[in-house]
Amino acid sequence: MQSPEQKLIQIERQEYEDLASQFRPKPKLARNLLWAFVVGGLICTLGQWMVNLMVGRGVSLADASSAASCILIFLAALTTGLGYYNQLGQRAGAGSIVPITGFANAIVASALEFKREGYIFGVGARIFTVAGPTLVFGFVVAVLMGLIKVFLTS
Amino acid sequence: MVPLYMAFLVGGLLCMIGQVVMDVTKPNITPGHILVGYITSGAILSGLGLYQPLVNWGGAGATVPLSGFGHLLVQGTLKAVEQRGLLGAFSGGVEAAAAGITSAIVFGYVVAVIFNPRVKE
Repeated sequence: MQSPEQKLIQIERQEYEDLASQFRPKPKLARNLLWAFVVGGLICTLGQWMVNLMVGRGVSLADASSAASCILIFLAALTTGLGYYNQLGQRAGAGSIVPITGFANAIVASALEFKREGYIFGVGARIFTVAGPTLVFGFVVAVLMGLIKVFLTS
Repeated sequence: MVPLYMAFLVGGLLCMIGQVVMDVTKPNITPGHILVGYITSGAILSGLGLYQPLVNWGGAGATVPLSGFGHLLVQGTLKAVEQRGLLGAFSGGVEAAAAGITSAIVFGYVVAVIFNPRVKE
């Protein structure tokens, strides 16, 4: 048997749960996925548009891809400095992280954060907070693949 | 030429996979992990010959995501190995990705010097 006091505590607990669940962040997976898909897709579409434009004017596909990457990196760095890219990122999530623009954003954002440590060991070093590990793993795998090919062909 | 809608589709899907990983593993996987994960998986898939079909299919939709950067590194390395042997294994990757790496560092540095951090709300 429950005493009236215990019952009251239980009711209060139930009320608290109901109230708390209103403020708990709801799983927004579907909406996040849609945002990531659309924003990521649009950034890639912008890249493809530039590539097609350049290839149409006689630039080689490899050069056009490199140039498009450079332009996307420039735009992402600039909009990060202006504060717009991070606003987009709050909605777009992986849609703004996975493209190469997210790489540029990570470089600028981490460098800005440590600006008061100076231009050489503040900005100059912190540029690589995220870019460093990314390049390290890219290089290691690439060299590994190269070595495998050397041994397979020799 | 790859049509724009294919770039949209392939690029969008690649980003969506990243979002699934982030939402499922929250908060253990940070954006930094996503970047490292994408360049690594792109490089491995490329070495196995599985990434090139995605590029043929989706163009910039496969090359703009960071996995495409890993693909660029590996393909540059493999091509250089054909031409220069062992030395190529160490020079080919950076050669192929030089424009992207250099522009990211230079633009990144210049922007970080010119602009000031935004106050977080």
